[in-house]
Order: sequence, then C-alpha cells, then structure tokens
Amino acid sequence: MSALQAFFAMGGYAIYVWPAYALFFIVLIADTIAPGVRRRRVLRELRARLARQSVRQNRNSPAPPSP
Amino acid sequence: MSSWIPLWLHKLGSPPTFYRFAGTLRPWAMGLALLLGAIALYGGLVLAPADYQQGDAYRIIFIHVPSAWMSMFIYAVMGVASFIALVWRIKLAEVVAMESAPIGAAFTFITLVTGSLWGKPMWGTWWTWDARLTSELVLLFLYLGVIGLYHAFEDRRQGARAAAFLAIIGIINVPIVHFSVNWWNTLHQGSTVNIFGKSKMSWDMLWPLLTMMLATKFYYVASLFNRVRTDLLALEGGKDWVRKIAEDEAKS
Repeated sequence: MSALQAFFAMGGYAIYVWPAYALFFIVLIADTIAPGVRRRRVLRELRARLARQSVRQNRNSPAPPSP
Repeated sequence: MSSWIPLWLHKLGSPPTFYRFAGTLRPWAMGLALLLGAIALYGGLVLAPADYQQGDAYRIIFIHVPSAWMSMFIYAVMGVASFIALVWRIKLAEVVAMESAPIGAAFTFITLVTGSLWGKPMWGTWWTWDARLTSELVLLFLYLGVIGLYHAFEDRRQGARAAAFLAIIGIINVPIVHFSVNWWNTLHQGSTVNIFGKSKMSWDMLWPLLTMMLATKFYYVASLFNRVRTDLLALEGGKDWVRKIAEDEAKS
C-alpha cells in the first residue's frame, strides 16, 4: 500500500475520520457564506425602500407633506 | 457613559465605527485562521503518529476538542455580552451576543457529531446519556433557544434583551460541561490537556491541537465580525451611513 493510500485509509478508521473532517468544513463554510447572502438581501431591500421613498417624495413635491 | 471607559472604546461601540473596524480586521483574522488551520491539519493528520490504543481514529481529536472548547468559549462571550447589553443597553453588545449564538451552535453541533463519529469505533456506541454528552447537548439547546427567542419578537431589540436574559441563565451550564468528567463517572474521558500543569499528551500530538485551537479562535473573530457587520446594516437601515453603503454597492 502506498503512503497516500495508507493516509486515506486512516488505519481502517477512514469511515469515521473523514466524515468528521468533512462535517467540520461543511458547517464552517456554510457559517461563512450565510452572512454574505443576508448582507446582499438587506442592502437590496434597503435600496428598494429608498427608491420607493424617492418616488413618493417626487410625486408629493409640489404639495405640502401629507398629514 | 462613565468616564472610566476610554474614549477609543466608547467610539468603537458606535455602529459605523465598528463596521469599519471589523471590516479591516476580518480578512486578517480569516487569513490567520486558514493558515493556522492548514498547519494544524498537516501536523495532526500527517506528522503526528498514530495512537498506541486508538490507532488513527484518535485524529478526530484535532477538530473535536477545539470545537468543544469553542462551544464553551463562545457561550462565555455571549454571556458577558448579554450582561453588558442588559445592564448598559449598548446596541453593539446586543449584536455581538446574538450573532455569537449561531457560531456557537455550529461548533456545538460539530462537537456532538464528531464525538459521535469518534465514539462509535472506540466505545461501540454513537450516543450515550453520560454527563459530558448530555450537558453538551443541553448547550446546543441553549444556543438554539437563544436564537429562537431572538427571532420570536417583532421588535429585534426587545428580542435581543429576552434572549440575552436566557443566555445569562444558561451560563450555569458551561462549568457543568467542563467539570462533568470530574463530577460524574462518565464514559467520556477526562481532560488530556492541562493549562496549568503537564498535559497527558505527547508534544507531536499536542502542538497541532493547540494550533487548531488558535485557528478556531481566529475563525470565530472573523465569522463574528462578518455577522455583526451584516446585522448592523440591518439594524441601522434608516441611518445615513448605511444608505451610503447601499448606494455605493449598487454602483459597483
């Protein structure tokens, strides 16, 4: 058995060791990606709100602000 | 605010300042986490010898134990930040406490699953209701409770205060997790690494473990800053500094 094969075999414990490491990375990668997705959504919604506000202000601009 | 708090710390507590500060430090924290993590993985998976009793299965320790340490460390940070949030009503402390919870939950989940994967070949069972495992599971439920309570309120700041209260009550569980292996007769082994005395572990296994511990600490800083920045944008949506960021990002 080559050194690399021996490494991946983990002395017969490969089915326990590698899933543990895979889970560690999958969970942490998901944890890193999640805030970026939320950040883009938050900013997109904010821009949409600002756009609605400016439309409303332009429409109302000749008249005094609504009560 | 009392005068004994230095001015720079006071300023750092303001959302736009912290947003910039966290944005500058985050890449460095993440870079260090990746570098140290890579070194630790090489040391743990390649350089360290197999254990004379457990063979190669023990190598799960290099992620299991640092994750377990982080599950308790993050809870402690969350507890302290919650206390500050409740007593001084500092918005940043609320955000730090609430954004620590998902990271802590992630590490607790990793601890439980990697422990299970380690337990099966060594103990012959995926799970047992022993004191260490049960208290760690309670820790996961506490994190999930804090996250759930935070999101159960329409008003986010009200939710943060309720969840902060739960976080403070739950801190009693952290010493229980830590000392469970001494207080009860558990299937889980006692601590191998000793901060103040001699560790019961050879150096070529210990250094990758300690390096991974440092890597997970830096990872926490990076992830926390990432989450806090996003949360500050969501909380301060009406403020000028957030509008500017939203407009600048639309252009790019």
